[in-house]
Amino acid sequence: MSAIGNVSLRDTVLQRGRSRERGRLLVFNHVVLLALTAFAVIPLVVVAFNSVKTNLEIGQNPLGPPVNVVVENFPNAWDKGNFATTMSNSIIYVVATIAAELVFGGLAAYALARKKPPGSDLLMLYFLVASTVPLWMYIVPLFVQINFLKVKIGVDARILLIMVYVATRAPLSIFLLRSYMIDLPTELEDAARVDGANELQVMTRIVFPLTKPGFLTVGLVVGLGVWNEFLLALTFIHDPKQYPVTTSFYKFVDRFDRDWALTSAGAIIIIFPVMVLFLSLQRQFIEGLAEGGVKL
Amino acid sequence: MAVLTQKKPTTLVEKFNDQTWRRKFVNNVLIPWIFIAPLLIIHLYVVAIPAVQGIYMSLTDWKGVGMNVNFVGLENYRELFFEDETFGKALSNNILWMAFFLTVPFILALFCATMLSQVRRGGMLYRSILFIPYVLASVVTATIWKNLLNPQRGIGAAVDNILGLEGVFGVAYLGRTDSALMSIAFIDNWQFWGFLMILFLAAMQSIPPVLYDAAKIDGANRWQEFRHVTLPGIRPILVFMFMMVAIFSFLAFDYIFLLTQGGPGGASEVIATQLYKNAFFRFQAGYGAAQGVVISIFAGFIILIFVTVKRRGWDI
Repeated sequence: MSAIGNVSLRDTVLQRGRSRERGRLLVFNHVVLLALTAFAVIPLVVVAFNSVKTNLEIGQNPLGPPVNVVVENFPNAWDKGNFATTMSNSIIYVVATIAAELVFGGLAAYALARKKPPGSDLLMLYFLVASTVPLWMYIVPLFVQINFLKVKIGVDARILLIMVYVATRAPLSIFLLRSYMIDLPTELEDAARVDGANELQVMTRIVFPLTKPGFLTVGLVVGLGVWNEFLLALTFIHDPKQYPVTTSFYKFVDRFDRDWALTSAGAIIIIFPVMVLFLSLQRQFIEGLAEGGVKL
Repeated sequence: MAVLTQKKPTTLVEKFNDQTWRRKFVNNVLIPWIFIAPLLIIHLYVVAIPAVQGIYMSLTDWKGVGMNVNFVGLENYRELFFEDETFGKALSNNILWMAFFLTVPFILALFCATMLSQVRRGGMLYRSILFIPYVLASVVTATIWKNLLNPQRGIGAAVDNILGLEGVFGVAYLGRTDSALMSIAFIDNWQFWGFLMILFLAAMQSIPPVLYDAAKIDGANRWQEFRHVTLPGIRPILVFMFMMVAIFSFLAFDYIFLLTQGGPGGASEVIATQLYKNAFFRFQAGYGAAQGVVISIFAGFIILIFVTVKRRGWDI
């Protein structure tokens, strides 16, 4: 009895002590956090400012808020940067890669999580080892192969780039989706089988819908990665009509090096879709990317 | 009864004629492997086969074009380590890069995550804003910072202006041999560290608060609390990210290629940018492939260290 009394007394003392301490220290915490937030945001604010200034104004006032807001930079950048083409290319790359990754990854993960055919342990080991092989180990021979398919066989370079994206993200999607599926209780699937569902129905009607968060995570991680991807697109896409926004923007900045108003507007155009998606799906983005980063 | 007395199928033909066996084979072996096949085939074609080819290519003097391929053994590797001084420079830049990324973002992220884990009000807002740079494309981040580091119109010039100085802070950070590499690392880190912070924050939030109370009772100060409760609590993710960042340090490419292409005068060159130029601009495919193998060996070595340490159960 007295022991319990002691504990609760100690608890209240601690609680009061802690909240007082917290009240004091939080000022320091907020100062630090505000400074770091400013560090993260100010560069973006400067770009946003510059995207609505004229070059003349940027020359006199390169960092501050605009005095006269002009919006012509955006249609200008849109036209000169070929954004109509490159945006739709990027959307094609993102959507096609996500679709292929989710379908193939989902099928493979289901087989590995539920069916475990002979050889699946070896396969998991293969993907584990392969996921640690750096791109630099195989990029030169891969370039030769892709070039062969492109030039000699006449395969569309876009399809080949999507294939490379799907492959390089395969270990991530298999590990992530498989771990989601393994965590599912099997009772539901058994119940469905008892009710006469065949294997295909069990997979598409029970397992896949229940693994939706896993699919969403893989989709977000893969989609963001492909939208922002630079090196592989630079290596494999040489026709300006097929450029994604990233490599196209790289050439654009190179060409209009001194035209900050134009390049800032271009930067905003690229950031915009990602920001809208990020701000509307903050939790899924942050948790998904954290999970994807740790899984692999 | 007939079913019970039926002989178990032994030969392949018998197995194939036995319906139950056939159904089992189809359901438990054939269909699963058909499900696995597309992704596996793509992956073998894009990653595994070229990786093996890369090892062979690194032993040749192939230029990347034409049919003239001579097997030269370890000649490329000998040249890399004993003759090519630019490679030595690139390798030491990779090590500098690693030293930067194993300290700066980790300290920043640990500090910020500790601060953020104690805040209740506005915690989510801070978290989201601090994460924003991580979702930006490297081309965009590079362009933004190239402008901000401009000697005449960037932050440095503005600081000079305020202090009434000229050309003290407003220097070409990316254009000078002594500051190019670390400026690029700074920019890369601006984009990256928020991600590390989120990982640490998530780990910190899963530490039971009871442990902090116990530390308080034992009279621990804030540093001791961090050292003996927080750090051990987030150790798994801390160690894992140490390994990942160490590996990434040998793969670094995007920001260096975008901002300086390795210049000025090779001051910010790393192995990956050198490899890219050798393989795709200078017609030295075999030599570039050898550099790719070297990068992979470094990465493998780092993984090996961590696996060994973990096996031995060291308290890290």
